[in-house]
Amino acid sequence: MSKDNQVLEEFTSKEYEHGWTTDLESDSAPKGLSEDTVRFISAKKNEPEWLLEWRLKAYRHWTTMKEPQWPNVTYPTINYQDIIYYSAPKQKVQPKNLSEVDPELIKTFEKLGISLTEQKRLTGVAVDAVIDSVSVATTFKDKLGELGIIFCSFSEAVKEHPELVKKYLGSVVPPNDNYFAALNSAVFSDGSFCYIPKGVRCPMELSTYFRINAANTGQFERTLIVAEDASYVSYLEGCTAPMRDENQLHAAVVELYAMKDAEIKYSTVQNWYPGNKEGKGGIYNFVTKRGLCAGDHSKISWTQVETGSAITWKYPSCILKGDYSNGEFYSVAVTNNYQQADTGSKMIHIGKHTRSRIVSKGISAGKSQNSYRGQVHILKRAENARNFSQCDSLLMGDQCGAHTFPYIDVENKSAHVEHEATTSKIGEDQIFYCLQRGIDEEAAVALIVNGYAKEVLKQLPMEFAVEAQKLLALTLEGSVG
Amino acid sequence: MLKINNIHARVEEKAILNGINLEIKPGEVHAIMGPNGSGKSTLASVLAGREDFEVTEGSIEFLGKDLLEMSPEDRAREGVFLAFQYPVEIPGVSTVNFMKTALNKIREYRGQDTLDAVSFLSLMKEKIELVEIDKALLNRSLNEGFSGGEKKRNEIFQMAMLEPKLAILDETDSGLDIDALRIVANGVNKLRTKDNATIVVTHYQRLLEYIVPDYVHVLYKGKIVKSGTKELALELEAKGYDWIKSEMEVA
Repeated sequence: MSKDNQVLEEFTSKEYEHGWTTDLESDSAPKGLSEDTVRFISAKKNEPEWLLEWRLKAYRHWTTMKEPQWPNVTYPTINYQDIIYYSAPKQKVQPKNLSEVDPELIKTFEKLGISLTEQKRLTGVAVDAVIDSVSVATTFKDKLGELGIIFCSFSEAVKEHPELVKKYLGSVVPPNDNYFAALNSAVFSDGSFCYIPKGVRCPMELSTYFRINAANTGQFERTLIVAEDASYVSYLEGCTAPMRDENQLHAAVVELYAMKDAEIKYSTVQNWYPGNKEGKGGIYNFVTKRGLCAGDHSKISWTQVETGSAITWKYPSCILKGDYSNGEFYSVAVTNNYQQADTGSKMIHIGKHTRSRIVSKGISAGKSQNSYRGQVHILKRAENARNFSQCDSLLMGDQCGAHTFPYIDVENKSAHVEHEATTSKIGEDQIFYCLQRGIDEEAAVALIVNGYAKEVLKQLPMEFAVEAQKLLALTLEGSVG
Repeated sequence: MLKINNIHARVEEKAILNGINLEIKPGEVHAIMGPNGSGKSTLASVLAGREDFEVTEGSIEFLGKDLLEMSPEDRAREGVFLAFQYPVEIPGVSTVNFMKTALNKIREYRGQDTLDAVSFLSLMKEKIELVEIDKALLNRSLNEGFSGGEKKRNEIFQMAMLEPKLAILDETDSGLDIDALRIVANGVNKLRTKDNATIVVTHYQRLLEYIVPDYVHVLYKGKIVKSGTKELALELEAKGYDWIKSEMEVA
């Protein structure tokens, strides 16, 4: 059966399909945030002293900072004392391998279409599954270990590879970088750690799947990927959350570190609960993602498909420090109903002959607001830097908004910076043309939207591309007419 | 196959069709001619179910069913095909992908199994040869950057793929040079069978040299004012539409 047809089959009346909860006994910190909360989390994870100090420093800095007001989004003031900062599914013993993991947890992920049982996985994707604040299982660890690749939960990395964590943690996103990064640095509970040694090409896609389950809980995970000289890794991130009436906070930090000739490809399909049709509930997704092309000829590529969250605030960025380094950002951001997104990218050109490319496709429907915000900064010594940015907006209906905020700073005369922007509307003519060929309206919208987003979708690994296509269709269901 | 009975239609407040009567049987080709603004394209749009046009009176029966009761997509699935005067561009969607979606939607409606990739491709290959279309064109974004001739040829290719019972060609000859016209007409002729019917909407007689109609109807001010055989088209060409106009004024 064709890919498109599978997409069409998904067109039933269902709305957010991951909105269920699992009954898991959990072990939580008391509500609220103080130095004690930070100590509690650190103690729960049996962390070394240096990490506790690192957290406390971040926390103290955070208390001096103000929540950013510049994004083009509005939401009620967040009461940071009303959030639970740590919640872990209770497991009687620390599982040593998959057979010891609570079957309820395995079932939870199976329901999401993610099998943690290695024998059952044919697709060649290694998964680190994170539920609420902790990582519950990582697959294919042994196989990857044979190549010297480290792929494990962040907590495990702190125990097993403290020298690596200490060296790179905060090296790309410093703890005092911004309000939400500081908050994350203080209370982050888990996440994924990945290290690719020199010259190794990671033979399978690495993937982290994040799931918020517990109520009133914030999720603060950290991902750190380090690619040594001439190595390659492709990394996928997926996320979902139950439908809940209250808003939940997700403030993650992702750091990518690429050395000489290394390449990191990072793909996200973000499907956090977006709230209901009246705009009630949903995730606040305030995320800092940044990659450092530290070595010459290194390359970092971000691809994101953003369909979820009540509010999105994220700007995956590349710092192009190495000469001839290359940064890419491909994004499809969809907003429907009352969703708000302020998202884009930053490309900081420091090295000579650095190149960057931004392709952003915004789709707004319902009463949503969708903003692209991007910065291209060519520094003084960045001879012959090149940037190409393309920002397209697609509007559906007449009650949504699309906004573009490009910032271009050029300090070197040899730079070439191109910016293209378009705004279009799904035309009645296009819809009628499809109808006349027997394609109903929902399918027509799916077809047109997927065509519009194609340039970005084709950057995704195959398995994710299909999922992303379905998601786009589902998110926009019922938004025409 | 098609019975149009006293159709009146308007767009916003303006009456465009003022009582059209027409019956079409399987195997027939009918040409609808008329000066600009006579309502030719409106008739095509009303048959296809375009929402901008409101039918205020009359009925249309298609294969025993009430056509006006059906949604545009169901009309297509029942076998009505409109070759557009101005085919629409859909960026990022190839003709191949578009046709696969359309064909499977239609098959689904008819209770048939959807086609797998292999059978779809072999069907496509057969139709490509039939209508002489460049294969490379079909992998490009639908109609995006196509020449006028390529767009029209693509419409005929789609018609070949969907095998409609009733095909309506809306000014398919507009913007075509003589070679393109011949290829397009050839395609249409090859698709004719004793079971399907064609309505050719055109301003000029030229296309009718290649697609020979069984009947010619002249539309003026939203009504069919003259019907005849293919000779009527030649007469029109010779005398011009003013002939019809003056004849109507006298009457």
